[in-house]
Amino acid sequence: MTTELLNTLYVQTQGTELRLEEDSLRIRVPEQEGRRIVPLRRLDAIVVYGHVTLSSELIARCARDARSITWMSRGGRFEGRLDGAVRGNVLLRHAQHQAHDDAAVRIAIARNVVAAKVRNSRWVILRAARDAKGAAQGAMRATAGELADALPEIAVAPDTDTLMGYEGDAARRHFAAVRHALRPAEGIPPFERRIRRPPTDPVNATLSFVYGLLRGLVHGAAEQIGLDPYVGYLHGIRPAKPALVLDLMEEFRAPLADRLVLTLLNRRQLRPEHFEHLPGGAVRLTEDGRTVVIQAWQEWRQRPWPHTLAGRDVPAGLLPVMQARLLARHLRGDLPAYLPWIAS
Amino acid sequence: MDLLLTYDVDTTSPEGARRLRRVAKLCEGYGLRVQQSVFEIVADEADLLRLLAAIDDIINADRDSVRVYRLPHHGLSDVHTRGTARPQPHRGDLVV
Repeated sequence: MTTELLNTLYVQTQGTELRLEEDSLRIRVPEQEGRRIVPLRRLDAIVVYGHVTLSSELIARCARDARSITWMSRGGRFEGRLDGAVRGNVLLRHAQHQAHDDAAVRIAIARNVVAAKVRNSRWVILRAARDAKGAAQGAMRATAGELADALPEIAVAPDTDTLMGYEGDAARRHFAAVRHALRPAEGIPPFERRIRRPPTDPVNATLSFVYGLLRGLVHGAAEQIGLDPYVGYLHGIRPAKPALVLDLMEEFRAPLADRLVLTLLNRRQLRPEHFEHLPGGAVRLTEDGRTVVIQAWQEWRQRPWPHTLAGRDVPAGLLPVMQARLLARHLRGDLPAYLPWIAS
Repeated sequence: MDLLLTYDVDTTSPEGARRLRRVAKLCEGYGLRVQQSVFEIVADEADLLRLLAAIDDIINADRDSVRVYRLPHHGLSDVHTRGTARPQPHRGDLVV
């Protein structure tokens, strides 16, 4: 008999109420007439973002049936999770740790992570090159070519240190090309190179902030699937470093974060007054600036992207969950490799 | 497997109205309501047996009628609709 794949219910509309009635789940969305009724037995997980009310009967029933409930902040940060008495993802986490200790499995995942990062960076650069002219366009196309040339080396990289070298090299080329795609407003200095801890110019400050949003999203996705966020393959293990989150983030950085930053600056949605200069040279977004970015991020999260493996479009905000699930399936042995998401 | 369930419950008595409500509640726990007394259901064999047993416990066999059709493989994703009818998301994740 074929086992049916059960659905996950994601609730992101603020103020929504979820209630249990016999074996069905009633959803009432504010300012929407009527209610939706979903059979509980078709769901194996509920994920709620921000202000959503769940009746205590529903929570208790999910606990009894081992149906997970995950609470996320409105911005996508992981807050907490209910898993019921019978489950617990100890087997998945055990598989995750074993894969980390198996050099062959580890390097295979790490190679795919870096290759996807480079491919997605190349996609972003080629998209930006379409709108550029003259020398800038030539420079961006040349970078895209160099990135393509690096892919065969990545595919045979012998260890993670070498891979990290390729990764750093690709990132440097990527940001050098991004420089040509930026047309920021008057008063914002041109982007020279990526500077972190602390960012010392507006473009770097925005990049850092959006990476933070993306990281929250990916961390939440890893927790939601039941993976240990601190055991990664490219980034290894270090205290207080969510290595798996950093691994899963790589494929999303350019298409989901860098492109949003490009849009916000090129459309003049972020202007000089949205940044403040701190003593010591650091630059950060003001509260107004953060509001602009977060609001844009909320919309950006809804944007559908094609996902080849799923065979349908997936909202940006759910891509990390899909990818964490694919990684979990690889670690459990259901998929022969980790298949990263490739932007298209 | 994909199922289509329709029912007609005799509501001329208060007892019948009660049966109608119980049948509706039961079906809401198994599938999605697409018309007043029509449900589209995705279930496995065990769920179908459970559903049929629960229906037998509720209805009055002399007055009510329930029909469950087994559709071809993934039949619910191949539905022609007109008017206000919409295809239902039986297999995808639900986003509200």
